[in-house]
Amino acid sequence: MSSPTLVSPPTAAITTAVPLTKKILTADHPTWCPGCGDFAVLASFYRVLEKLQYPHEKIVTFAGIGCSSRFPYFVNTHGGHYIHGRALPFAAGISLGNDDLHVFVFGGDGDGFSIGGNHLVHTARKNVNLTYVIMDNSVYGLTKKQTSPTSPIGFKTKTDPTGAIDQPINPMRTLLNTGATFVARSHATQVNHMVEMMTRAAKHPGFSVVEILSECVEFYAGAFDSSIPRKGGTWSLIQEKKNDGTPEDADRHDVTDEVAAFKLAGQAWPGSFGVFYENNVRKTKNVLEAELVTKARERTKNATDLQLLQATFAKMR
Amino acid sequence: MVSPNTPETPGGAAAPSAAPRSIHDVVIRLAGNSQDGIQSVGGFLARLAGRSDQDVMTYMTIPSTISGGPSIFQVRMGTGDILSSGDRADMLVAFYQHSYDAHIGSLRPGGVLLYDSDHVTPVEGDNRFTQVAVPITSGTVEAVGGAGKDKGKNIYILGLIARVFDLDVQKLAALIKERFGGKNEDIVRNAMLAFDAGYAWPQNNLHDLFYRFEAIDLATRASGRPQVTMDGNQALAYGLLAAGVRHGAGYPITPWSSIMETLRTELPKYGGLFVQCEDEIAAISTAIGFSYTGHLAITGSAGPGLSLKMEALGWATMAEMPLIVVNVQRGGPSTGMPTNVEQSDLLQAIYGSHGDTPRVVLSPKNVEDCFYIAMEACRIARTYSTPVIILSDMALASRIEAFDEPDFPKLMVDPKADLSDRGADFKPYPLDAITRHAPPGSKIGSGKYPTVTGLEHDELGHPTGSSKLHTQMTAKRREKIKKLGTSLPSPELNGDSSGEVLLVTWGSTWGPGLEALKRINTAGVKGGHLHLRHIHPLPDGLEGIFNRYHKIVVAEINDEGLYGFGQLAVMLRARYANPAIVSVTKTDGLTFKISEIVAGVARHIESARLDASLGVAQHSALAKN
Ligand SMILES: Cc1ncc(C[n+]2csc(CCOP(=O)(O)OP(=O)(O)O)c2C)c(N)n1
Ligand code: SF4
Ligand SMILES: [Mg+2]
Repeated sequence: MSSPTLVSPPTAAITTAVPLTKKILTADHPTWCPGCGDFAVLASFYRVLEKLQYPHEKIVTFAGIGCSSRFPYFVNTHGGHYIHGRALPFAAGISLGNDDLHVFVFGGDGDGFSIGGNHLVHTARKNVNLTYVIMDNSVYGLTKKQTSPTSPIGFKTKTDPTGAIDQPINPMRTLLNTGATFVARSHATQVNHMVEMMTRAAKHPGFSVVEILSECVEFYAGAFDSSIPRKGGTWSLIQEKKNDGTPEDADRHDVTDEVAAFKLAGQAWPGSFGVFYENNVRKTKNVLEAELVTKARERTKNATDLQLLQATFAKMR
Repeated sequence: MVSPNTPETPGGAAAPSAAPRSIHDVVIRLAGNSQDGIQSVGGFLARLAGRSDQDVMTYMTIPSTISGGPSIFQVRMGTGDILSSGDRADMLVAFYQHSYDAHIGSLRPGGVLLYDSDHVTPVEGDNRFTQVAVPITSGTVEAVGGAGKDKGKNIYILGLIARVFDLDVQKLAALIKERFGGKNEDIVRNAMLAFDAGYAWPQNNLHDLFYRFEAIDLATRASGRPQVTMDGNQALAYGLLAAGVRHGAGYPITPWSSIMETLRTELPKYGGLFVQCEDEIAAISTAIGFSYTGHLAITGSAGPGLSLKMEALGWATMAEMPLIVVNVQRGGPSTGMPTNVEQSDLLQAIYGSHGDTPRVVLSPKNVEDCFYIAMEACRIARTYSTPVIILSDMALASRIEAFDEPDFPKLMVDPKADLSDRGADFKPYPLDAITRHAPPGSKIGSGKYPTVTGLEHDELGHPTGSSKLHTQMTAKRREKIKKLGTSLPSPELNGDSSGEVLLVTWGSTWGPGLEALKRINTAGVKGGHLHLRHIHPLPDGLEGIFNRYHKIVVAEINDEGLYGFGQLAVMLRARYANPAIVSVTKTDGLTFKISEIVAGVARHIESARLDASLGVAQHSALAKN
């Protein structure tokens, strides 16, 4: 929470007048395999930050464990690399601990939907103000090709040598179900689209999540060809309602319509890309907690910490 | 009728026939069902004692069923230091036959049994005790009347006890009014009717049961601050508040829950927040997230939840994040004995997690110390940028004690996060200094922003596979904890500074340990008592202390394990390689009785004497070889 009483005023010695550029934002050289889809996600993220021009020191890039989760090392912002699957509750602490920050979390399909699945549900339903990017390659990359919760039936991995047999999850349905207030889907071969989705996600007040299909060239080459036009696939963009009164508009997708979003999520593979759902009405946990503080401070007539404790102890005499 | 409510009757002045007998302290056990409000009688007595500058210690059981079921509350109140809840009760109040059956064994021979003559038939002619039949149920119904049935039996008994022990009726009446004042007036009136009836009963029926506590030696209350009465979990929560903690996250589990409930209620007043998470892993993660933003945060649980937190605790050690983890121990493993006491999470606290994870473990000795240890834990976590585990236990969590109000103006810690600019030479993990993180929001002079990480890293937080750096960084994490060890004060040592036996305790076993020492000394055995609040790292100088005694007997509430030693004893034996260190352990889910410790010590002294007479070398002789 950005309760003004809990943060010392920043000193003004260092000026960050220079605009944030890719050059400034670049940190360690990525350790990903050449051709990995994650490079494009990283390049798009630089562009998002160049567009948004947040104060440099207020950007936080965070992640769990996986190839995709190495992301924060490659971005020159405050950030961290946490444990497998638990980056979201950590990031919730960051967001709620200092409301001024712009918190971005990156991770893989295993990190987010398997070991971290429950955290995803709860961070989303609480509508903690942060942006979560899931780089879905439908495989465990870092641990070298085991079945992931998004691996399709029949996909051969080291843990399913004769092909995966378990029903994979449907990421979009899962994300809609969590209660996330911004749900979008993109593709690592579509840089402009990724930039647009991540930018909108960043601007969204509340828990925003973007699933990006990002190919693991090492362990699941060709996984997403069916949505890459130059490989013979179809790139199906969601047409959002413009409310322009034209007859075509009736067929366009209303992003505030949860039922319509679920319908889109039920489309046959490879499905559509774009914003599935957006709810700007529900309050964020950040706001709700701040309201609790305001009410409590009113009730206690803005007593100082010392007065509060002394009054509490006086009642226990 | 003598009624404390009638103004012409000053509280307790109209004594029954005999003058009151002076006593130092009394142990009263109330046994009934949980819906009888037994706990609230205990609470009233405890708070009254607190307001009367008496010391008080209570012992309660939480019924295993949510509502209904047997419940007891034991209160020991008296003048001067009360160190333990008392081995046996001086007075037992039995509301039901099952209460009588289950608890008559806890009454000391010569003690007083007050039983509800409407429900209990005691063994006839049992002249070990003074048996007094009291019409608790019918007396209450008669006094209160109406639809309340026997509601108010607890207050009836409170009145009766007030009379027998010549308690300050004005203060008690004030407490009753405070307690029920918020509810409708009928409730206060009915409570006072029940109280008066109970108070009046001994006048005609209990002539010779009349006591008064010894006068207070005011010199022992030199702080000049009034006493407060609360349980250990409250004291811990308020200690954290005084220490400037404004953020936390947790998941409910007995007996930790009341800490998170208190913090959830209190923190918004202080501009902070406490998050109830989906599980303990999320809770510690959120708490570390808070700490990362510059706000030292707290998470907590009981044993099973601490196990869930272990991976994240490893990260906090690796990334060198300050963090407070409270573990209120209960009987384990697994769900075990969730409402009983045990000290069996010590090794988990010190060594749990994976890899080499040096961290700090502290343990409070009594309710008051829960407050101060919380403050100390925060100071250590901030100074050494490290997780600190506070090992409390079920006994401390639920028992009420009175202690001097802390000197808040002196103690309050500023909760502000430091988001000031960091210089161009800022490194999150300098090899030659203790880590000081730059929370997000603070500008970095070099323009190179730090990464906090669980991978082994260089001074700037970049991942590394360098064996040299892993060795250096492991040493960095170890050395800062060792440095803390050298700065710790010498532990509390009571009794003889050398002798036949040194009794060692930790956590809530402090009081029983100290009382046991008194008995041991009284029996003519030269011995001391050492209590450890800092469990990991251990303070310097213990080796020298241990060498001054023939036997070092460690008393703790956990199992003797495969090799015959409790968990602290295992630690101390490993650390000091001193074969004179032996164990007294138990796993009955209850706090130590003084007699159990004394018997354990006696057993070890006997065997040492036997060894000596058989010519078996003592360790001190061995040490010289
Ligand atoms: C507690 C724990 N369990 C297992 C692992 C091993 N592990 C690391 S990453 C990973 C899966 C990575 O898959 P994903 O999240 O999809 O990321 P990707 O590498 O595909 O980007 C596993 C199982 C771990 N680091 N921690
Ligand atoms: S293993 Fe796959 S996901 Fe990992 S870096 Fe290589 S290509 Fe990318
Ligand atoms: Mg993956």
